[in-house]
Amino acid sequence: MEAVYHRYDAVIVGGGGAGLMAAVNLAGQEVAVLSKLYPVRSHTGTAQGGIGAALGNVEEDHWEWHMFDTVKGSDYLADQDATEILAREAVETVYELEHWGLPFSRTPDGKIAQRRFGGHTREFGKAPVHRSCYAADRTGHMILQTLYQQCIKNRVKFFDEYLVLDLLLEGQRTAGVVALSIADGQLHVFHAKAVLLATGGCGRIYQITSNAHALTGDGMALALRAGVPLEDMEFFQFHPTGIYKLGILITEGARGEGGKLFNGRGERFMERYAPTLLDLAPRDIISRAIYRELRQGHGVEGKWYVHLDLRHLGREVIETKLPDITDFVRTYLGIDPITEPIPVQPTAHYAMGGVPTDVSGRVVVDEKNTVLPGLYAAGECACVSVHGANRLGTNSLVDILVFGRRAGRDMGRYVGEAELPPLPAQPEERARALLARLREGPNGDGRAESVAALRDELQREMMDKASVFRTGESLAEVREQVRALQERYQQVRVQDRGWVFNTDLVEAVELGFLLDVAEVTVEAALARQESRGAHYREDFPQRDDVKWLKHSLGRRTASGALELSYKPVTITRFQPQERKY
Amino acid sequence: MKVKLRIKRFERGKDREPYWAEYEVEAEPTDRLLDALHAVKWYQDGTLAFRRSCAHGVCGSDAMLINGVNRLACKVLLKDLGQRITVEPMRGFAVIKDLVVEFDRFMEKYRLVEPYLKAGSEPPAKERLQTPEERERFDDTTKCILCGACTTSCPSFWSNPDYLGPAAIVQAHRFLFDSRDEATAERLVVLGARDGVWRCRTIYNCTDACPRGIEVTRAIGEVKKALLLGKR
Ligand SMILES: Cc1cc2nc3c(=O)[nH]c(=O)nc-3n(C[C@H](O)[C@H](O)[C@H](O)COP(=O)(O)OP(=O)(O)OC[C@H]3O[C@@H](n4cnc5c(N)ncnc54)[C@H](O)[C@@H]3O)c2cc1C
Ligand code: FES
Repeated sequence: MEAVYHRYDAVIVGGGGAGLMAAVNLAGQEVAVLSKLYPVRSHTGTAQGGIGAALGNVEEDHWEWHMFDTVKGSDYLADQDATEILAREAVETVYELEHWGLPFSRTPDGKIAQRRFGGHTREFGKAPVHRSCYAADRTGHMILQTLYQQCIKNRVKFFDEYLVLDLLLEGQRTAGVVALSIADGQLHVFHAKAVLLATGGCGRIYQITSNAHALTGDGMALALRAGVPLEDMEFFQFHPTGIYKLGILITEGARGEGGKLFNGRGERFMERYAPTLLDLAPRDIISRAIYRELRQGHGVEGKWYVHLDLRHLGREVIETKLPDITDFVRTYLGIDPITEPIPVQPTAHYAMGGVPTDVSGRVVVDEKNTVLPGLYAAGECACVSVHGANRLGTNSLVDILVFGRRAGRDMGRYVGEAELPPLPAQPEERARALLARLREGPNGDGRAESVAALRDELQREMMDKASVFRTGESLAEVREQVRALQERYQQVRVQDRGWVFNTDLVEAVELGFLLDVAEVTVEAALARQESRGAHYREDFPQRDDVKWLKHSLGRRTASGALELSYKPVTITRFQPQERKY
Repeated sequence: MKVKLRIKRFERGKDREPYWAEYEVEAEPTDRLLDALHAVKWYQDGTLAFRRSCAHGVCGSDAMLINGVNRLACKVLLKDLGQRITVEPMRGFAVIKDLVVEFDRFMEKYRLVEPYLKAGSEPPAKERLQTPEERERFDDTTKCILCGACTTSCPSFWSNPDYLGPAAIVQAHRFLFDSRDEATAERLVVLGARDGVWRCRTIYNCTDACPRGIEVTRAIGEVKKALLLGKR
């Protein structure tokens, strides 16, 4: 089959919050949004608890406090120029969403309702503050729908269920992408001046995760394969309260409303780990506390979970403020959170690292922040970095919107100035070869590997050796395992040889992305000999600012090996301090 | 426990007629049907096609006909389905492959109701005010995840594919009853047109089918009432 060619000024890869926000800000230009899911199926729609902004609707609040909390939450690894933008622009972003019709929950006087969330405080750490703007516990759903609605209004052009397989560069400029139309197996070449990667997270590198099946790190891997480094991949957030075994998220908003954690002995163990913020301490701290309790045998009934207790909140609060999670608990556990505590365990949730960008969403490729013209990234697949070593709840929704908008605007400027670079020769060849290998398998009759088996092994080993607690030994082991899986991936052959909606093939492609992302995650984690935020090394339990107050960059060299380098952290207002809650 | 899955299969451009395939999987009673479908796809037959993403009932990818009723595969547990489970694609949408159906026309109808806030007035510097009661007025219909379960369970839609269908009406309801929206008259024109709400025969299949528990028939009834009164 011949590939179909398209020409646009700008192509956006991903129809989640970041991609759609950029699209709205590019409306009127020649822009196409490519998404492997229908945009309304994107993972932004699962976000529950809220979006942080210092509106001060319930009590006094200031963007400086929000900025400070974000920097402290990041264990001082966030770039403070970017964090300042995040906290300032959060406020106008929330008002813009409201003006677009987002149905926020309301205060009695008709303003946007706000609730408490982990790590968000007043007066630089004194006490929890009401900062998270919410629409019940389906804030992400309402954000995603509102943005999609604005795209409909602005007649944005969509290519739904298109899986992007390759990023095209010509010399040192961006030239477009190659995508597979999943419905019919047709290859498409999108020739464009600018490309935005907005493909979301990569939680599926782990076994227990809150992330959708589709979150396989595609944009990160596409960038890596094109020679772009990935920043701070060793920092992966485990959310303390996933439903036992399933990993489905119970929003921090449940604790924001007053929910409490108890171990198997009925102790409110957070009193020992974070005496001021207790159950509203940041996620890295609570997840570690839970793991410690579990390892000491303080799980409930000797099992690998603790209890999240909402009972004292009463039916009214639970059913009106947390209706969705109530439904999840009833459906999947068959228990009622109004009368019973919820079994929870930490679940892989959020990638702080990703494709490095500047504050305009432009991808930067080295220690000196050299821009790769025409390439942009925003949302969870990007690393600006506003979250540093640990993201605070409600800050990802801010991030995807604030930097999605900035990326969209800068792309608008760029496509007005730049020339369309020529396409590389035979632009679809690499993508075609990848699909052919996965369909036909290696050299004919050789023993074929199965996608599911390799993926299971990857997820299990990553969970075991590169999650909440890590050691040099566990990481060295899993590094070898991931490398071996990469070898075996070359032997994969799918069962489905058709072209019509071949999800077997889609999953095989996605496994390749997962392996690349996992490889960088482990490499960077092994190198970082300190503990900071979500990256906790039992063999190096202290933060070490002298040696490690710096961002990692992991790059694939021409030989195929991974190479790490580092760049400094931007510090403006807040000097690093010991992080206590 | 062991469960038997009977799955209706078809591939566009290849099969003339749909056919049934049977699979047996070992599973826990508390597993989702989606887990059983994955067990088939990952370890028995990679050619089986279905959509899914979130796996907990919020993205709207995996609505299908399960033991004769529309459900999300990720939101129904095996223990509630018995040991022989029949799985088919939703009715009334063209099948692309197996459980994957064509959504383009469905989305077109969604666009037809102009699903975005229409407020001509200049917004204030901060938020527009809305009381909790005004917000509550349309809360139910904000839950819609566009999965298609309601529309494809509706006999009126089966007999007239041009009918807007419950999902699009639910989305229109969400704006019609939003105190901030200023386009009531325009919206009522679209909803009152030939293939609008009057095609609804109040059969309640849609309400039963909705995985989000939206009272769909009631919402449609409220739209009908607004049409009769000429205001919301
Ligand atoms: C359960 C849950 C609850 C959360 N709650 C909150 C919260 O309350 N507050 C908060 O701030 N954050 C929350 N988060 C985090 C936040 O929701 C996400 O980080 C954020 O929504 C990511 O948005 P995104 O636009 O970057 O990506 P996504 O919304 O994941 O979108 C990614 C898009 O990329 C597309 N895509 C991916 N790969 C390809 C490819 N190869 N080709 C074509 N398209 C592709 C997908 O189709 C999709 O459209 C939560 C996360 C989870 C998992
Ligand atoms: S997979 Fe998202 S609704 Fe079922």
